[in-house]
Amino acid sequence: MLLIQRKIREPFGDRVLLVIIYTVLGLLTLTVLYPLLYILSSSLSSPDAVVSGKVWLYPVEFSARAYKSIFQSTQLMRGFYNSLVYTVVGTFINVSFTVLMAFPLSQRTMPGRKYIMLLMMITMFFSGGLIPTYLLVKNLHMLDTRWALWLPGAFSIFQVIIARTFFMSSIPAELQEASQMDGCRDMRYLWSVALPLSKPIIAVMTLMYAVGHWNAYFDALIYLRSETLFPLQYVLRNLLILNAADPEMLANTAQSLRDKGFEEVLKYALIVVACVPVLIMYPFVQKHFVKGVMIGSLKG
Amino acid sequence: MVQTWTRVKRSWELYLLVLLPVLYLIIFKYIPMFGVIIAFKDFNIIKGIMGSPWVGFKHFHNLFSSPNFPLLIKNTLLISFYSLIAGFPVPILLALALNEVRTGFFKKSVQMITYAPHFISTVVMVSIIILMLSPHVGVVDHIFSFLGFSNINFLGEPGLFKSIYVWSGVWQEMGYASIIYIAALSAVDPSLYEAARMDGASRFKKIIHIDLPTLIPITVTMLILSLGNVMAVGFEKIYLMQNPLNMSTSEVISTYVYKVGLLGANFSFSSAVGLFNSIINLILLVVVNAIARKVSENSLW
Repeated sequence: MLLIQRKIREPFGDRVLLVIIYTVLGLLTLTVLYPLLYILSSSLSSPDAVVSGKVWLYPVEFSARAYKSIFQSTQLMRGFYNSLVYTVVGTFINVSFTVLMAFPLSQRTMPGRKYIMLLMMITMFFSGGLIPTYLLVKNLHMLDTRWALWLPGAFSIFQVIIARTFFMSSIPAELQEASQMDGCRDMRYLWSVALPLSKPIIAVMTLMYAVGHWNAYFDALIYLRSETLFPLQYVLRNLLILNAADPEMLANTAQSLRDKGFEEVLKYALIVVACVPVLIMYPFVQKHFVKGVMIGSLKG
Repeated sequence: MVQTWTRVKRSWELYLLVLLPVLYLIIFKYIPMFGVIIAFKDFNIIKGIMGSPWVGFKHFHNLFSSPNFPLLIKNTLLISFYSLIAGFPVPILLALALNEVRTGFFKKSVQMITYAPHFISTVVMVSIIILMLSPHVGVVDHIFSFLGFSNINFLGEPGLFKSIYVWSGVWQEMGYASIIYIAALSAVDPSLYEAARMDGASRFKKIIHIDLPTLIPITVTMLILSLGNVMAVGFEKIYLMQNPLNMSTSEVISTYVYKVGLLGANFSFSSAVGLFNSIINLILLVVVNAIARKVSENSLW
């Protein structure tokens, strides 16, 4: 038998539409990409070139001086370390709490799960607001401790709902029946059957929570006072937005600070350094999170 | 009754699992909810919440008669409606366009690049805005002076604040926000497209008659959620973008609550403002949801 590969010719109107779509998408992508490239290039250029506007796409008069002085600043390195601690411990608390909440809510046999669900959903629409929450944290003596950054946001309701949907729809009910036949109780089932099957959703959840912790500065702003506890984003805010020059950091670059341009380049380099950890993680999980959103939105 | 009791007993392990998160909800969500009563008291830090004297609606009176009040409401509403109108259609259009692209590499690159800014922190995002827009040294200024415009202090112009806030937000979130629509479009049965093609429908017609109707339920849900958040414009970004020059157009309710409440230690007044804000939000959510149910049979509850 003859297989004839026949391609249906696209009508003229369709081809015009496609050209428009490709052009628009291409332009949009360039608009997103350009600022990012510009920042990277500026951070690697000489102060003179940045301030005088010679940099517009690639680095001019290449220089990595800004990065050197960042890695010599104890304040920034401490911020890095603190952010790492907040992110690792915080994400662990978030993921554990989310699973602990989502798994029981996914079990149809559990009496009263509707009430627990309601208890949870109400907090999505009603909240005490900034001041009462602050007073609570103060009364619990968590002000100016790391706990203030871990406990008040122990899990996100949105993530619980996604995880619950995943447990209900993507793990075959037969598995549970079979394991119950074998004498497997709820906790054992969660640990040995459900969790190993939930790796994709846990990966996405971990990324979301981790990025949240890494990028958070507001909690630090209201709850922390001691400089030794400040996360990177808070340190960055002081340097980048408040322009509070750090004497320690300047000490390393005393003579170069006389030219205002170095401060500019330093800021571009700070931006790059702050984004690197997230950007390293991003490509690995990117395909997962698209899947994660699909699980949450479609089968719900 | 007896049956339920045996089921409860059989599920004891599940209750044990859920205990910690439920305790968390009660302590960190419900106790602050009762804490809002300080909005009706003259809160005194030594006497505590229970010991402070009741003052009724005093703080609400003060709010409504304050000269700042109309400006706060106006800025809050303008910024959030501007964000909604500018930001809501873009992800949908992006999803529709991406859905037409079949080649793998182009599609993947576009997705990967447009999603990325979502993961940039607010602090970094605002720094980027400030650096690129700063007069004399920012890249935008260089471009503008190349085109013959004199130096513009973008963030110092009250009239430009809202546009900068909104469009930088669209830049950052359009890709990521499109994911949910892409997911919805990927659920369309391919045989529908084939049938349409047999009937001689053009690409444009397929978008209008297949893709758009597919997106309506999720669009309505997203719209309800964003309308319910109209009064809760993002505190962090606005606060970081504020400076004394643009304050007349950038001060919103949430930044005001923070400044008066925490920085000014005026806990009761600030709670009253916060409470007023969340009540408006709740009313909006309920109303919009009711309208959506009437009009399109899609609703949150």
